Amino acid sequence: MSITAGLRAYAEVNDEIKETLLSKNKAVVNDVNGQRYIGCALDEGRTVEIHGTAGNDLACYLNGGRIILYGNGQDAVGNTMGGGEIVVHGHTGDALGYGMRDGQIYIRDNVCCRAGIHMKEFKGMKPVLVIGQNAGAFLGEYMAGGVIVLLGIALEEGETLFGSHCASGMHGGKIFIRGVFPKKHISPNIKIEPLDQKDRVELEQYVKNYCRYFDCDYDEIMKTPFKKLTPISTRPYANMYVAN
Amino acid sequence: MINYIPRRFTVVRDRELCIDCGCCVRQCSNECHYFSDDGKTALVKSDHCVACHRCVDLCPTGALRIEKYICDYRDNANWTPAYQQEICRQAATGGTLLSAMGTPKPYPIYWDKILLNASQVTNPSIDPLREPMEIRTILGRKPEKLTVAQKGKSTTEMPPQVVLETPIMFSAMSFGSISLNAQKSLAMAAKNLGTLFNTGEGGLHPDLKEYTDCAVVQVASGRFGVHKDYLKNSRFVEIKIGQGAKPGIGGHLPGEKVNVEVSNARMIPEGSDAISPAPHHDIYSIEDLRQLIWSIKQATDNKKPVCVKIAAVHNVAAIASGCARAGADIIAIDGFRGGTGAAPTRIRDNVGIPIELALATADQRLRDEGIRSSVSLVAAGSFRCSADIVKAIALGADACYCASAPLIAMGCHMCQTCNTGKCNWGIATQRPELTKRLNPDMMHERVENLIHAWNHEIKEIMGGMGINSIDSLRGNRLMLRGLGLSEKELEILGIKHAGE
Repeated sequence: MSITAGLRAYAEVNDEIKETLLSKNKAVVNDVNGQRYIGCALDEGRTVEIHGTAGNDLACYLNGGRIILYGNGQDAVGNTMGGGEIVVHGHTGDALGYGMRDGQIYIRDNVCCRAGIHMKEFKGMKPVLVIGQNAGAFLGEYMAGGVIVLLGIALEEGETLFGSHCASGMHGGKIFIRGVFPKKHISPNIKIEPLDQKDRVELEQYVKNYCRYFDCDYDEIMKTPFKKLTPISTRPYANMYVAN
Repeated sequence: MINYIPRRFTVVRDRELCIDCGCCVRQCSNECHYFSDDGKTALVKSDHCVACHRCVDLCPTGALRIEKYICDYRDNANWTPAYQQEICRQAATGGTLLSAMGTPKPYPIYWDKILLNASQVTNPSIDPLREPMEIRTILGRKPEKLTVAQKGKSTTEMPPQVVLETPIMFSAMSFGSISLNAQKSLAMAAKNLGTLFNTGEGGLHPDLKEYTDCAVVQVASGRFGVHKDYLKNSRFVEIKIGQGAKPGIGGHLPGEKVNVEVSNARMIPEGSDAISPAPHHDIYSIEDLRQLIWSIKQATDNKKPVCVKIAAVHNVAAIASGCARAGADIIAIDGFRGGTGAAPTRIRDNVGIPIELALATADQRLRDEGIRSSVSLVAAGSFRCSADIVKAIALGADACYCASAPLIAMGCHMCQTCNTGKCNWGIATQRPELTKRLNPDMMHERVENLIHAWNHEIKEIMGGMGINSIDSLRGNRLMLRGLGLSEKELEILGIKHAGE
C-alpha cells in the first residue's frame, strides 16, 4: 500500500510516512508535489520511495535511512545529513548536502548552486556526493571533508562542468571532476592534480554505484580522464588575525 | 625587532612579602613570572601580563600587585594611544584585529539611565521573605485562545512550553570557546537552579548527557555536531543567526583549540579549523528561516520549541516580527555589548545597537502587530546585576541570557584575551594544565550562589513595587523612568522621564 501525497499539506503526508514506518521498513509515496521534509531524520533500516517532485529539505538530518526519488528534488536535499543514502532520478536545486557529515547522495542529472557546501568528515564518517551532469556556482564552498564526484555526462554545448567560485574556502576533502572544466572558475586556494592509485580505487566504487542506480555504461564514463581538486592549505585562515 | 607598543601592565612584586614559593611562576600561562638562574628568586617580566589577577589572587603572602603601565603619549583626543597601538599591531602582521568579551568602549548604557519604581502608601509593598513571590518563567508560543470543556477543564492544545524557575538563563558558549569544566559547571548550576545552559555551536559533549534536560542546543551555520539525537536531547533548539558582539560575522574556532575532546563534540577532525560561515547557506530570507524552523520541528516531532537568536541591529523590530511569523517560539535578541570568545575588534566595537533599545522596539512592534503572545522574547547582551534584569523584563523581556556574569563567578577577571586560549582561570582554554584549575564541583556552587542572590534581589525589587508575580512586571514600563534621556530615547524605550 502506498501513500498518495497529492496536494495535501506536508505535515499530514510526513505523519503518514512516519506512521507507516512504525510497522514497515519501507514507505512508498506517490504523486508528490513539492511537499517538504520528506524523510526528515529517517533512521537506519528504513526506506522511503518517492514518485513526483520532492519539496525542499528532502531527507534533512537523514539518520541512516534510504531515500529513492523518482523525479526531481528541490532545494537543500540532504541538509545536515548524518548518514544514509539518497538516490535522485532527476536533478536537484540549491544547497544540496549542506553540512553533510556522512552517507552518500547520488544525483542522476545536474544540481544548482552551493552543492556540497560545508561537507565535513569525522572518524569513520565520510560524506560522498555524486553528481551525474554539472553543478552551479560555489560547488564545495567551505568544504571541510568528504568527496564530491562531478561526472559531467551529456553536457550540452555551452554548458560548463561547474559555475564560478568552485571550492571557495575549501579546507578539506576532495572533488573529483571528469572531462573538460572551466579552470577560471576554480578558487585560487585549490590545487588541481591527477588521481593517484588510491583515489582511482575510491572513485571506481562511486562511479560503479552511479552506473548501477541509473543504468549507465561504466566503461564509457571511465574513458574520460578525471582530475582531483584539493585545498592547498587545510588552514586557509590561520594567519588572518592579530590579537588586539 | 622594535615592538613600537609599550606593555599594558606592570606586575609589582613586594620583595619584603615574597617568599619565593614559586606559586606565581606555576600559575602564569603568560610567563610573566620566572625564577632566577639559581632557582631561588622569583622574578617578574611584565610584557605579556593581561591583568587576569591569577597570580595576585593565589599569592599566599599578598606580595603581588598589577599596575597599569603608564607611558604617556602627547595628548591627542583624536589619535588616542589605543588607535596608534592597533595600527602598529596591524603594521607588524597584516592581520585583522581580534578581541574578546564585550566591547569596552564607553557607549551609553541605558540600564544606568533607567530608574525603577516602588510603592508608597497606596499600593503596599510586599516582603518576599514572608510572602509568596513568583519568578517562575514559562517560555514558548502561547495559544491564540483557550478552549475549555465542561467543568472548566482546558482542552487547549498547548505548544511545547519551557518552565524555568528563574528568568535568568545561561547564554550560548560552545565547548571549544570555553572548557568542558566551565560548561559542566554551568550545566550543573542550570540543573540545580531549574534553568538552562546553552551548548553554543559546539555540539554536546558525552559528559553532559545527564544535563540534556536543561540544555539549549544550538544550530548555527557550521552545523557542527548537529544530528537527530542532538536535536531531540535538548530542552529547546536555538537557531543562531547572529551574535550581539559580531553581527553579520561567522565563527572561527582555530585548529589549535580543536583537541580530541572538542573534535568529538563538534564531529570534526582534530586540529582542523571549525569555520562557521557568516550566513546559513540554506537561509536567504524569512521564508527560508521558516523552512529551517519547521525542519527542526519535524525532526523533533513538534516536541521542542525552536528559538531564533538574532543580533540587535538597526531593523531588529522588523526582523523579530519576521522570526515570529516564520514560526519561532522564542526569539533571543543579543545586544551589541554582549560577550564573545573572539570577534574582530572593528565589528565588536562598531556594529549593532544596545539591547535596551532593541528589546523595547521589538517588544513594541510585536505588540502593535498583535503577535507578542505568539513568541517569547529573551534579551541578551550584558546584564551586570539583578536590577538590569528587572529593567529588561519591565521593557518586555520574558527572560534574560547571562554569560559574562556567571563566568566572573567562576573566576573570569575580564582580561579580554579569551581568543589567545591561555586563560589562567581554566575557562576560555583547552589546555589540560589550565582547564584542570576549574573544578566544576566547586564552581557550580558559586554560579548558583550568584543566581540565588539575584533571584532574591529580583523578588525584593518586585516586592517594593507591590508586584508578587514576574508576569505582572513583564512589559510593565510604567515601573520605569528615564533619567537624562532625550525625547527620542524615551520614545523608543517607551518610558516616561523621571518626575513625570
